[in-house]
Amino acid sequence: QGGGSAVIDMENMDDTSGSSFEDMGEMHQRMKEEEEEEAEGEAGAAEEEDGEFLGMKGLRGQLGRQVADQMWQVGKRQASRAFSLYANIDILRPYFDVEPIQVRARLLESMIPVKMINFPQKIAGELYGPLMLVFTLVAILLHGMKTSDTIIREGTLMGTAIGTCFGYWLGVSSFIYFLAYLCNAQITMVQMLSLLGYGLFGHCITLFVTYNIHFHSLFYIFWLGVGGLSTLRMVAVLVSRTVGHTQRLILCGTLAALHMLFLLYLHFAYHKVVEGILDTLEGPNMPPFQRVARDIPVVSSAVLNTTAKAIALTL
Amino acid sequence: FAGLADVSISEDIPVEGEITVPVGSRSPDEDYSTLDEPVRDTIMRDLKAVGKKFVHVMYPKKSSALLRDWDLWGPLVLCVSLALMLQGGSADSKDDGGPQFAEVFVIIWFGAVVITLNSKLLGGTISFFQSLCVLGYCVLPLTVAMLVCRLVLLAGSGTVSFIIRLIVVAAMFGWSTLASTAFLADSQPPNRKALVVYPIFLFYFVISWMILTFTPQ
Repeated sequence: QGGGSAVIDMENMDDTSGSSFEDMGEMHQRMKEEEEEEAEGEAGAAEEEDGEFLGMKGLRGQLGRQVADQMWQVGKRQASRAFSLYANIDILRPYFDVEPIQVRARLLESMIPVKMINFPQKIAGELYGPLMLVFTLVAILLHGMKTSDTIIREGTLMGTAIGTCFGYWLGVSSFIYFLAYLCNAQITMVQMLSLLGYGLFGHCITLFVTYNIHFHSLFYIFWLGVGGLSTLRMVAVLVSRTVGHTQRLILCGTLAALHMLFLLYLHFAYHKVVEGILDTLEGPNMPPFQRVARDIPVVSSAVLNTTAKAIALTL
Repeated sequence: FAGLADVSISEDIPVEGEITVPVGSRSPDEDYSTLDEPVRDTIMRDLKAVGKKFVHVMYPKKSSALLRDWDLWGPLVLCVSLALMLQGGSADSKDDGGPQFAEVFVIIWFGAVVITLNSKLLGGTISFFQSLCVLGYCVLPLTVAMLVCRLVLLAGSGTVSFIIRLIVVAAMFGWSTLASTAFLADSQPPNRKALVVYPIFLFYFVISWMILTFTPQ
């Protein structure tokens, strides 16, 4: 009978390694064809319609129920596998296992450079603090951009802030981790993320203060003082975990440069400087998201224009 | 089909599944009882549920109604109305406001998802959609603040109006944060409440900031 081959296929289907849905679909198609053959021989159109219906009710006959059962099992397996893959946030759970007191202590510690660089300093592999600091930095950047009336189309304002902060945190962490791998430093990726994340605390403080109080000299003091302290801490921790002078130099030099330059960049690119501000009066004519060097006074641009005109005249 | 008689399949195969929705929600199998009612009844029932939740947000007592029957209609309506009201606030008047709507929408939903994930990772007992529901509904005071701000801005945009707007937005921001904390913080282990409250504070702070710095064209 035609049912014989169908039964054999079903038995082959019994492996738990999981067949793809496409195979199941194909198999089901074959099953449907077999059923249709029998249906024509037996009850007629009603049987066929019931056979096509994939639900539990309305299927008549052992064969139909078997197909439905298999479909259900495979579907359930697919779904539970997809769910366990998707709900894999559980692998992140140990990195969020902190108490508020610990977070506060680590925030304060991130500003204090360690003195003992002869044995490896402990770094807590925790991601809650760094993540919150990155989000805080995003919020502060938004505040800075808004108060400076930056002519950026609103749609890119948030995107820029998030992209910059997360890009820095993830990108520079990965880069330094790669360098650490080359220089044989003993640090894991999570520890690096955590270290750099806490290093952003200094950035948050500096930007929060200087976006509200616009003094150039104040910014430079904060840049060197606060930024310098947090950089020194990160550098000290890295030095304690690296052997060899050249390696230490490369690693720590890169990190220090990137960290300090990032703070400088955040201040100047997203913030208007009150003295000698290049003005936003040309607002509607400016293309969107143009980062103008806001230190250039109006005079120099006027000079530029007249020079251009003079050159055009002479040509 | 004699050969198939050996195959052991039970006559009634139990339908199982994983329902993470709390008790009280209707499973689709019961729909045959509500399928025959007029559409108006269905809509009114849903509207009443949404309205009840709004009332719970405005007077946050520690009731579990918001958590038990979560729904996302209220958050959607609030989010869309807030995003619509925040349109047209950029300095570039040629902007069609498109990115702004998307920006607000994305901030609210992305922010809510991040906070939910964070609270789950910190050991919270609340489910994903319940948390989304609470955070979405607690945007209501800020939507009210946005309405008030728009009305105040119609009157003028001087220092006085700024101060009024500042006070209103600050008050609503506090209300939102308190309301959502009242619902969400209970599901956390007691010593970690501060860790969950801070992202919520930041989230509503960003939204309040967008509302406060809104200047119409």
